[in-house]
Amino acid sequence: MSLKRNILDLRKRKSEVLKGGGEKAIEKQVAMGKLTARERILYILDEGSFHEYDLFVEHVARDFDMEKKKLHGDGVIIGTGTIHGSPVCIFAQDFTVAGGSLGLMHARKITKIMDHALKMRVPLIGINDSGGARIQEGVNSLAGYGEIFFRNTLASGVIPQISVILGPCAGGAVYSPALTDFVFVVNNISKMFITGPSVIKTVLGEEISMEELGGAKVHAEITGNAHFYAESELECFDQIKKLMNYIPWNNTQKAEKIEPANPKKKKKIENIVPGDPKMPYDIRDIIEAITDNSEFFEIMEMFAPNIVIGFGRLNGETVGFVANQPKVLAGVLDCDSSDKAARFIRYCNAFNIPIVTLEDLPGYLPGVDQEHAGVIRHGAKILYAYSEATVPKITVIIRKAYGGGYIAMNSRHLRADFVFAWPTAEIAVMGPEGAANIVFRKEIAEAEDSEAMRQVKIEEYKEKFANPYVAAARGYIDEVIEPEDTRKMLLHALQVSANKSVMGPKKKHGIPPF
Amino acid sequence: MDENNFETIIVHSAKYKTEYTRKYRNRPIWEAPNENYIYSFIPGTIIDVHVKAGEKLKEGDSLLILEAMKMHNNVQMPFDGKVVKVFVKPGEKIPKRHLMIEIKPL
Repeated sequence: MSLKRNILDLRKRKSEVLKGGGEKAIEKQVAMGKLTARERILYILDEGSFHEYDLFVEHVARDFDMEKKKLHGDGVIIGTGTIHGSPVCIFAQDFTVAGGSLGLMHARKITKIMDHALKMRVPLIGINDSGGARIQEGVNSLAGYGEIFFRNTLASGVIPQISVILGPCAGGAVYSPALTDFVFVVNNISKMFITGPSVIKTVLGEEISMEELGGAKVHAEITGNAHFYAESELECFDQIKKLMNYIPWNNTQKAEKIEPANPKKKKKIENIVPGDPKMPYDIRDIIEAITDNSEFFEIMEMFAPNIVIGFGRLNGETVGFVANQPKVLAGVLDCDSSDKAARFIRYCNAFNIPIVTLEDLPGYLPGVDQEHAGVIRHGAKILYAYSEATVPKITVIIRKAYGGGYIAMNSRHLRADFVFAWPTAEIAVMGPEGAANIVFRKEIAEAEDSEAMRQVKIEEYKEKFANPYVAAARGYIDEVIEPEDTRKMLLHALQVSANKSVMGPKKKHGIPPF
Repeated sequence: MDENNFETIIVHSAKYKTEYTRKYRNRPIWEAPNENYIYSFIPGTIIDVHVKAGEKLKEGDSLLILEAMKMHNNVQMPFDGKVVKVFVKPGEKIPKRHLMIEIKPL
């Protein structure tokens, strides 16, 4: 007997499931400006590489007449494929099937692919487009979420986990993306919140649109829940593929090295920075003057822009940059910028990516709002993250390195491997203005012309302490370098740190100031 | 960068030229609380007002009932004193941080 009949039957079954939620639902999805779940996966993965599993999984809900309903694939697609030729695991919630709602089998499919990713040590990409828990499945859907969150945590720091929000992601569902490494959002499509606008209106009387409450811009700029913002789904997928170029596939590997390239020279690096330490410039110009091909892949560009984080390459190898940004809020550390930097430092450390710190900051942002928002515990995260990190850590002090900011920004005291300073560096307990006011308070107060005396004393302090040589005399910095030599010094420092190995005391885990 | 468009941040007496973020511009400005003003701590509905202007009260006396999130909140006199003015009436829906009653110590 021929197998033909069985094969035709299989094909028929498959084509039935591949219809997802049916034509009407797909039309609706397209009308919202969204791609379908399957289209999304195919765009992200290498052509022809996607293989789907659990196509024939069916939901197990038996209440509220649910047993009569057929939900293709139970509203989620899972599978494996490749990006840039390397394997990844992926899942995409299908909004056309019961609004992508999460029931027990839907969750089981997701946890199956998560387990697979962790076991195989390959990255996991999750595309979220779901109305939330499937109410008809009751506590089973809660169990499903819980099991996803648990696996997110287990996989954290072992394999890269990427969340793409391409539709609603509300209530408990938001916690899976929040537990992952990178969250991608798209304008007008992504919506994330714990409590939606309608409940907020009934309970609190506050009226707000979904977009204003938890749209892509809000999470990219205000909350810091999103790391990458795009105007369209296709732009978002390109960002994902670009990110995958920079990071290692798991925590036992290093990011793939590519052909080294020199920066594209625009102007001399020393001409980017104003001589007056109180004048701003864009620190990203410095990064681009240093990196291979002048390429810099910025992360969380819109959130806390007073600190800049992202990936670049030096001599073909991925490096994480953490840099104060004098252009915004004078580059101060505050609650948000501390959170942003600390998390990135921990990411780099978990995935064997050396960290280059570019320092130019006046200190911490003063203000009641900052103090009451807990700038002490938030600021402590940076100290914690740098101290804990055992990857190569190199600091370049460009201009200001004052007080607590100096210590926090990967100073020698937190076991930086190399600390270089430009001759313009001012390493001091605080800026000359503040210091002179305290140290020479009496002289200034007693002078006939206090203001003139203040200026004299500020100059005196500046002359004596606002330079890199006091710190150099104690060995707190390793070398004062000419700005043009920055890249050369970094390349060398990375080269000699390649086999760095340090062991801290044995512990289960530390207690970072979350 | 156009120097005229810069804002200023002061850290340790030094004035830095820089740009602000939207979040920084919208940051809450702290005000010392005035204990004589009783504000709503949550949006809700006034169910009942128990006092009139001029009335003398003891600490803990009920001023009014504010219903919010299905709870009747009994708003009490924080110290011995006198009611200066009542700004709300029963049935009124009020937002958060709405001035409900002004009082003063005796």
